[in-house]
Amino acid sequence: MGIAMTFSDSLRQYFFLTLLLIFSRTIYAQSAADDIAKYREMIADGNPSELYEMSGEELWKKPGGPKQVSLEKCDLGLGPGVVDGAAAQLPKYFKDTNRVQDLESRLMTCMEKLQGIPSQSIIDAKFGEGPKKDMDAIVAYVVTHSKGKKINVSTANPKEKAMYEMGKRAFYYEGGPFDFSCASCHGSNGKRIRLQDLPNLTTHDGAVAGWGSWPAYRVSSGQFWTMQQRLNDCFRQQRFPYPIYGSDVTIALSMYMAKNANGGIIQTPGLKR
Amino acid sequence: MSPLSIKLFKRQILTASLILGLGFLSNVTVAQQKSDPQFEKMMKDSFRAQGIAGLDRIDQDATQKFCSDPLYVASPAGAKKAIEIQKLNMSEIAKPSDGKYIGDWKSGEAIAQSGRGATWSDSATTPIGGGCYNCHQIDQKEISYGNIGPSLWNYGKNRGYSQEIITYTWNRINNSKAYNACSNMPRFAHFKLLNEKQIQDLMALLLDPQSPVNQ
Repeated sequence: MGIAMTFSDSLRQYFFLTLLLIFSRTIYAQSAADDIAKYREMIADGNPSELYEMSGEELWKKPGGPKQVSLEKCDLGLGPGVVDGAAAQLPKYFKDTNRVQDLESRLMTCMEKLQGIPSQSIIDAKFGEGPKKDMDAIVAYVVTHSKGKKINVSTANPKEKAMYEMGKRAFYYEGGPFDFSCASCHGSNGKRIRLQDLPNLTTHDGAVAGWGSWPAYRVSSGQFWTMQQRLNDCFRQQRFPYPIYGSDVTIALSMYMAKNANGGIIQTPGLKR
Repeated sequence: MSPLSIKLFKRQILTASLILGLGFLSNVTVAQQKSDPQFEKMMKDSFRAQGIAGLDRIDQDATQKFCSDPLYVASPAGAKKAIEIQKLNMSEIAKPSDGKYIGDWKSGEAIAQSGRGATWSDSATTPIGGGCYNCHQIDQKEISYGNIGPSLWNYGKNRGYSQEIITYTWNRINNSKAYNACSNMPRFAHFKLLNEKQIQDLMALLLDPQSPVNQ
């Protein structure tokens, strides 16, 4: 009960600050980015993602699923149970699944194999609900343990290399009634939609800014968003059909961004408008 | 020929052939990206239809296919192909059926403000906005504008209100790819995103001397 009160209190506080932020933004367009930076600084010690992270740590450690087993033996690429720095080297090729996997798709493999939770039940769930809500929390837990580390993905394996190349091709793939590709918004420097700055994901710095700061807590929606959800909403606004959760196009695009961002410092979980 | 001049001659030939060779290398024609079965399969398997966003949205027409290949677009062969694509897009632009180019700038402003419509979370009856402020500065009173496209502030005041400008602007809003094959701007008439009346209203926002844009 005490925790619940604190949670709703802090949400209210964030909501109020958001209103303040939006209000001040309409006054000075140019300082929008400054305001957001200031806002980030203000709550740097209290990113609401921490609430997700705490619940994610519990979900990682306690027995769960039909098999009542914890995720502590889950191999995210650095060996069973290693969480520290794991997100920094994903996406990555995994021998047991013979696939290149991002964090979410790899976690689905662990949840299915170790805990007996069918991946399809996670894929089919709505964002922020049911098993996807648990997934969000676990993702928050895992990525917090790569904060401050260097992005370090490999394309040494031919399947990783192929995934990168397909991601690059998907990045420039135009379609839908608006003719949009990822590159329409994220292919050159210094661009904005309304007041929203758009990182140029084809460059190292832009990719670090984008890939390196998602997953993130979104103040405007009051939700923690994984990269899968971020990509999903990009495709929605691109007027594309619905990208299937954990599908290869989402992993290929992640590989393209991560590889472009290699060497950059991870700032996840990020804090977004 | 003295041995020295033979040596010089040889060197000249070598240099010439090197330059020729390099020339050939740099003139290697970039062909349009071939379809890659693995990539096609990935795209086909990675999406599902949702609401009004059907899987047919991934099928590319000639313009989309061309513009998805930036290396080819930037090549000399691509520059030629771009002209072809522009002609194709120009050929389908219709003149206003009632001969009227300029509508109501107030409605135009509302259309320019709205970025809604055509996503899987919209319905078939959600009015589609022009989304113009997403990418353009238009009325400078609106400070929340994007910069992917050029500023349109004082559009008519700067360019004049000649028939030439009017026709050009009509064509641009209808189908921007008639002038720039890989323009970032949606083809509003081609995909029936905006109807004729809405385009007339947007025209007024830019080209009515009374519009706030031209003050």
